[in-house]
Amino acid sequence: MWLAVLAACALAYGLKLAGYLVPQHVLDIPWVHRVTPLLPVALLSALIVTQALLTNDGTLVVDARAAGVGVAVLLLLLRAPFLVVVAAAAVTAALVRALA
Amino acid sequence: MNDTPDTDGMTEEGRTTRGARQRGPEDTAVIRKALGVALATGVYGITAGALAVAAGLSVLQAMALSLLLFSGGSQFAFFGVIGAGGSPVAAVASSTLLGVRNGFYGLQVSQLLGVHRWARPVAAHFTIDESTAVAVTQTQPRQQRIGFWVTGVGIFALWNLTTFVGAVAGGSIGDPRTYGLDAAAAAAFVGLLWPRLRGRDPLAVAALAVVITVVSAPFVPAGVPVLAAVLAALVVGLPARGPRSGVVAP
Repeated sequence: MWLAVLAACALAYGLKLAGYLVPQHVLDIPWVHRVTPLLPVALLSALIVTQALLTNDGTLVVDARAAGVGVAVLLLLLRAPFLVVVAAAAVTAALVRALA
Repeated sequence: MNDTPDTDGMTEEGRTTRGARQRGPEDTAVIRKALGVALATGVYGITAGALAVAAGLSVLQAMALSLLLFSGGSQFAFFGVIGAGGSPVAAVASSTLLGVRNGFYGLQVSQLLGVHRWARPVAAHFTIDESTAVAVTQTQPRQQRIGFWVTGVGIFALWNLTTFVGAVAGGSIGDPRTYGLDAAAAAAFVGLLWPRLRGRDPLAVAALAVVITVVSAPFVPAGVPVLAAVLAALVVGLPARGPRSGVVAP
């Protein structure tokens, strides 16, 4: 098991480092330069959907998480401060779970 | 908060003020965000520790994952497979698949941080969803750097502390989901991206990424839907057409 743990750690770190080792001249290629700033938006948007609306087997579900994020979006529309948004999402999801 | 949309002149201006030391409300705002994200995510280490031990890993192995792997999705994938009776090789493969996105983050974060050659291996270790999200959603280099490091180091400290607590205490300490922390983490990402979703391109990328993720999720292994969303950035970013406003130009 230790071998697997350390292999997973090494591979994870290798992947993280790989992003930093791409040479500048590659990043300066026009199409790469246009795409890289959009990568985090794409990945984080996908991550939000995964965290808020998908189950472990990839089924779409509206549950306490979606309720929390829904309240967060409402508060963002009302220009609430960041920490208020995050706290309200937690409280909403906790309440929905407590009531369910 | 930095709610002003990017302007086309932002990049050059940002570069020249990189060394500036003016401390202002923007610093406070980004630190507040970073600590909020660190708190919402860091406490989740309790689950990482408890699930690792429940899957049959030792406390030391659970700690090794949080200290050395340090990427929540990959860690959960690793002991998810082990706990379900999968082989160690499958656990490594699954965990590695979840870690690919960190490589994509590094492409952009390395541009924003402007770290020295020797500091790159350190920055790489702290390159995860949260530190990237806080960094790339800031408009000025100074706040991008502060956001990255405060979030990354903050989560690292809390994540490892709570992993230890979770691994030792096991399930008895309770599930962070009871307190809605899973929704808080997702809401934090929404809150970070929100002010940046003004331009046509970021909006198009986000919308397309959401569709790709939802459509592909039932058919592919965990981690792949998020990676498939890279297509959204390619589809929108590849065609060369006039000046555009990305999230943060490198």
